[in-house]
Amino acid sequence: MTSQRKRVVVAMSGGVDSSVAAALLLEAGYDVVGMMMRLWTDEAAGGAEHNRCCTPDQMRSARAVADQLGIPFYVLDTQAVFRETVVRYFIDGHRAGDTPNPCLACNRQIRFDWLLRNALALEADYMATGHYARVSDDGVGRRQLRKGIDESKDQSYVLSVLNQGQLSRALFPIGEYTKAQARQIAARLGFDAASKKDSQDLCFLGDQDYRSFLRRHAPDLSQKGPIVTRDGEILGEHGGLSNYTIGQRKGLGVSSNQPLYVLAMNPSRQALIVGGRDELGRDELVATGVNWISEEAPAMPFRAEVKIRYQATPQRAWIEPTDNGGFRARFDAPQRDITPGQAAVVYQGELCLGGGLIAKFDEAAETRASLQRAPG
Amino acid sequence: MGAEREVYLDYSASTPVDRRVLEAMQPYFSEIYGNPSSAHRQGRLGESAIEDARRRIAAILNCRPAEIIFTSCGSESDNLALRGTAWAAWKRGKPTRLITTPVEHSAVTETVMQLGALLDIETDFVAVDGRGLVDEAAFEASCARGGAIASVIYANNELGSLNDLARLSAIARENGIVFHTDAVQAGGQLSLDVEALGVDLLSLSAHKFYGPKGVGLLYARDGVDLIGAQTGGGHEGGMRAGTHNSAFIVGMARALELAHQESEARRAHFSRLRDRLIDGVLERVPGAILTGDPVRRLPSHASFILPGLDVNALLMHLDMKGIAASSGSACKTGDPEPSAILLAAGYRREEALCGLRLSVGMATSETDIDYALAVLGEAALKLRRLKRAYA
Repeated sequence: MTSQRKRVVVAMSGGVDSSVAAALLLEAGYDVVGMMMRLWTDEAAGGAEHNRCCTPDQMRSARAVADQLGIPFYVLDTQAVFRETVVRYFIDGHRAGDTPNPCLACNRQIRFDWLLRNALALEADYMATGHYARVSDDGVGRRQLRKGIDESKDQSYVLSVLNQGQLSRALFPIGEYTKAQARQIAARLGFDAASKKDSQDLCFLGDQDYRSFLRRHAPDLSQKGPIVTRDGEILGEHGGLSNYTIGQRKGLGVSSNQPLYVLAMNPSRQALIVGGRDELGRDELVATGVNWISEEAPAMPFRAEVKIRYQATPQRAWIEPTDNGGFRARFDAPQRDITPGQAAVVYQGELCLGGGLIAKFDEAAETRASLQRAPG
Repeated sequence: MGAEREVYLDYSASTPVDRRVLEAMQPYFSEIYGNPSSAHRQGRLGESAIEDARRRIAAILNCRPAEIIFTSCGSESDNLALRGTAWAAWKRGKPTRLITTPVEHSAVTETVMQLGALLDIETDFVAVDGRGLVDEAAFEASCARGGAIASVIYANNELGSLNDLARLSAIARENGIVFHTDAVQAGGQLSLDVEALGVDLLSLSAHKFYGPKGVGLLYARDGVDLIGAQTGGGHEGGMRAGTHNSAFIVGMARALELAHQESEARRAHFSRLRDRLIDGVLERVPGAILTGDPVRRLPSHASFILPGLDVNALLMHLDMKGIAASSGSACKTGDPEPSAILLAAGYRREEALCGLRLSVGMATSETDIDYALAVLGEAALKLRRLKRAYA
């Protein structure tokens, strides 16, 4: 009997979503194995600090769920590969003046590569996660990625990096449910996790914010530099570009007769470029390193909706090809917080077509000119 | 779930209760349930069962019944031996140095370290060789400096190696030092004759030899100055307060008796399977190293270093195929620490993260071993391939 059952490895975090995912798969008749990745132990913080999703508490919670469901549960030491890929990507991105999204790197290189390979080695047919997203078939044998039923919780953005091979092995059981329903299921099954609040911050940061994480792990990023306007006026000094993000208004520490926003960064000059609200909007972006879910670039130009951050609302745009195989998104209306290093993910309705990384603006020339004009 | 075969190869961690042992215990749950300290008939029946168990165990240990102290486990026995001796020496102003080795069970190591810190007394961890065996010259030198107690493990739980207790205890005795051994792994497989071994204190735990968990004993030679570590109603000659667990004590005696009666057959069975395991692992897993002494080792015990393999991942693969094994760095949190015992035996940190222990038992068959070897070989290959993908 066990031999016909398809085996699925569920990446468990101890939270509601992956716990319910495991329960749903078990109800659906799969041979379910729970796995948790030990991603990080913060040596710089004295070794005792865990990342947010593998604290002893989360581990206990995941183990308790697995025990209740009667499924095997294992914790895998993922620390070395996580440090070499995701944490390095995060730090290098900031070093380049970008605001990287490590969850994308984690899904591509850790969950749906390292963990998937481990799952397949364990003779699993599928790997499941607690993401709010869905996978469907396009009728000609290709997988499609769709938003989760609960659009307010949709996580297809961080899955836009997956390819056909990965999606053919992926199951997202809670994509068919709303968060409220998932909580109800967790409560019905008596999972402790039912009442836990959602995790928000990056999992490896623990209790610190990303700025103090970077100060500790990449002290070189705390290099001081000028705060300048596009006109070359130096308004003050900042304590490291990684402390800022595009569109940020608070905490600039400079006075001006109008509210100032972070417009861009120039890492070669260590310059933080600021300006008024009217300068903030951009009506286009260029994405590089593009992944099309279908593994085939669609015919361009075409109309689509583009999401520029995990929490952003998709905005209507024209998608046009660029020379280097990426795309340019030309928005119908200017967008405020276009941030290099984040992903631009392309949707048509609930279908996620793929995405790429937002390239740096052509800001360098502009800033060089403005700094040369600056007095002193 | 539902692996096609269940092969338990972790008998060094615990054994099932032998049906004959269970049978002997059965009357002492609901039929003979009186408190053995009570004066009435029910109490007397309980007391008689305990004293009978004590006599039968004493016969196997070649000691007097009064020298057996019943405890709840091997760890408690180790605690009583070390605390009892150290406190007595400390109170009477005698030499208090505590001598032990870096490859003891944590019940010994942690207790020695706590006593050292709390009573501010000197502790000495005598060096061991690559097999985890005590360096006799270093031990002799340490004993020559005096002390209250020397505690040396009989059969190492991780490496399987057997210390020569007769020689070590003689050295301790010459220097007027009480000699304790943690014989928890040895129990049921090796001679426990305290006269031949020359030991003053010896810890045993029933669940390592097909008895129940939750019961153990400390042999304490008459005349060894010991202060009780658990105070209360004066049970066990004031050494260990607490209502006797009649059923479990009876079970331990029966289990030890069976092990003693069947010792030759068991030893032959264990060592034949162990050798098949050792040969098979060394043959199938490239680079595998046998740890511990190749000859002077527990009949049931095989231990290895599998260099470059994530042993916790390996244990997962074995578990999914129904095979129970263990590792010196076994860890449920995904953040393995190198085995302190392998480090003490001189292995490098990377090696000390890759220990694997396989131990056989009475129910193990040759087919079990062959199945385990096939699965182990395949899993090791898979894990190496995975690792190469990330090199």
